[in-house]
Amino acid sequence: MQIHDTPALKAEARNLNFYYSEKQALKGINMPIYDKKVTALIGPSGCGKSTYLRSFNRMHDLYPGNRYEGEIRFFPDNTNLLSPDVDPIEVRMRIGMVFQKPNPFPKTIFENVAYGLRVRGENNKRTLDDKVEHALKGAAIWDEVKDRLQDMAPNLSGGQQQRLCIARALATDPELLLFDEPTSALDPIATGAIEELVHELKKRVTILIVTHNMQQAARVSDYTAYMYLGEMIEFGKTDQIFIKPNDKRTEDYITGRMG
Amino acid sequence: MSANNASDLPTVSNRLAFNAMRNWKERLIEAILLGAATISVLTTLGIVYVLVSESYSFFQNVSIIDFLTDTQWTPLFDDAHFGIMVLISGTLVSSGVALLLAIPMGTIIAIYLSEFANPKVREMAKPILELLGGIPTIVFGYFALLVVTPILQFFLPSLPGFSLLSAGIVMGIMIVPYIASLSEDAMRAVPMSMREGAYAMGSTKLYTAIHVVVPAAISGLAASYILGISRAVGETMILAVAAGMQPNLTWNPMEPAATITSFIVQVALGDLPHGSIGYQTIFAAGLTLLMITLVFNILGQWLRAKYRENY
Repeated sequence: MQIHDTPALKAEARNLNFYYSEKQALKGINMPIYDKKVTALIGPSGCGKSTYLRSFNRMHDLYPGNRYEGEIRFFPDNTNLLSPDVDPIEVRMRIGMVFQKPNPFPKTIFENVAYGLRVRGENNKRTLDDKVEHALKGAAIWDEVKDRLQDMAPNLSGGQQQRLCIARALATDPELLLFDEPTSALDPIATGAIEELVHELKKRVTILIVTHNMQQAARVSDYTAYMYLGEMIEFGKTDQIFIKPNDKRTEDYITGRMG
Repeated sequence: MSANNASDLPTVSNRLAFNAMRNWKERLIEAILLGAATISVLTTLGIVYVLVSESYSFFQNVSIIDFLTDTQWTPLFDDAHFGIMVLISGTLVSSGVALLLAIPMGTIIAIYLSEFANPKVREMAKPILELLGGIPTIVFGYFALLVVTPILQFFLPSLPGFSLLSAGIVMGIMIVPYIASLSEDAMRAVPMSMREGAYAMGSTKLYTAIHVVVPAAISGLAASYILGISRAVGETMILAVAAGMQPNLTWNPMEPAATITSFIVQVALGDLPHGSIGYQTIFAAGLTLLMITLVFNILGQWLRAKYRENY
């Protein structure tokens, strides 16, 4: 096997367990997330990939009875994201998220993108204008909305809404961007636009993406993890996982014999 | 299949008969439903007809200009004046006091119950709150007169025994549960995905509640406020008991005054001859009240259409 440089780490799960009350949903996950790379999480429904993704920005803290064990280390400062001493709000300020179903706020297009900036106390009109424009350009939606920034965001099409949600997440310059099946509610053309965007975005930000669509994982990601029943079965370069998986279960899933 | 089973199979004719039976039942139920709907619509139309026709005779004797601009309301005196503004001012001032209290308080309670309270607290608090809405208004009226007015007089010694302020405050307390309960329903209907989106951006609970949940539920909130306004404008007993009944053109809540509703109670209880001008004022005042609530209802419909939930 050819030796290649390992990229810098952005985050690393260390022996991560997660429980919904009594039910264990993640079992001893160890996995690196490399800086400025796209890492895809694949696996059948209920395998825990969304649960794993939502651990990074502590979304599970919103509901009672959820419990983490183990660590997710976040670099360069080596913070344990799951530590009870770490404020989940601080974590979410550094990690953006795009959801399965576009969820724009009932506000104007401009205010949607400016939302995260306002949460951080930014109210300077010029700064907001600049950052909103930059984020909308980054999410490849600027040309479509630049003349209607004061329109209500929920009036956009589904694909536009999802790109707006990406712009909303980008506006605050997150270090890590989480995508939870971002294209499952979109048509193929809108899906193509989002995939292209993910490809473009990895120059700026580390991306972790959950997807049900294996072709999508193969198209957009540099690394792929296959999860099954709460366990991480295999992690590797996307090419290796799709061409020559080491684990029989990964191979079965990828070739469609299971899942 | 043996041949003698053939007679059990539905033939074309008995299938038709069954359908006819079913159609007949369907039609009967349809007729009952239509009847129920018709009765309520006809009742409304009947009320409007009575109000309009009696008011029509009233306006044969009193010009509409006088009705709207006169500053005195003395329909039963020899020197009769019919200035409805006197009663409208009392109605608007007492309703204003009530809503100034009920809208902020109801909204805050709704935000607390929907976004902050844990489920156990919510399940306890909501029925208790709704119980407050079930107290007869006459009880609220005496509560205003015998408890709230003396307390207010302690702070405002110049407050008379009957006042719009005291009645308005208690009316506000009465309306709080309606606004809180309906607003809470509207806010709880906002999908969790919307809140998750806000939390994922690093917002606190309070910031999410104010900047995302409230705007998302705004049409439901507006509907609850409109209902509150209608309750306040139409409230009778509290005002009749605690606000005094003297017609008084004032915008000062510290004064006693009659409202449209308390005037109607007062006059309807006396024995006015049918068809007299005094008798007809009841209907003119009633029509005015109907117009006011109609305006608010139309406003409410318009708000609902403009800010309908689009999530």
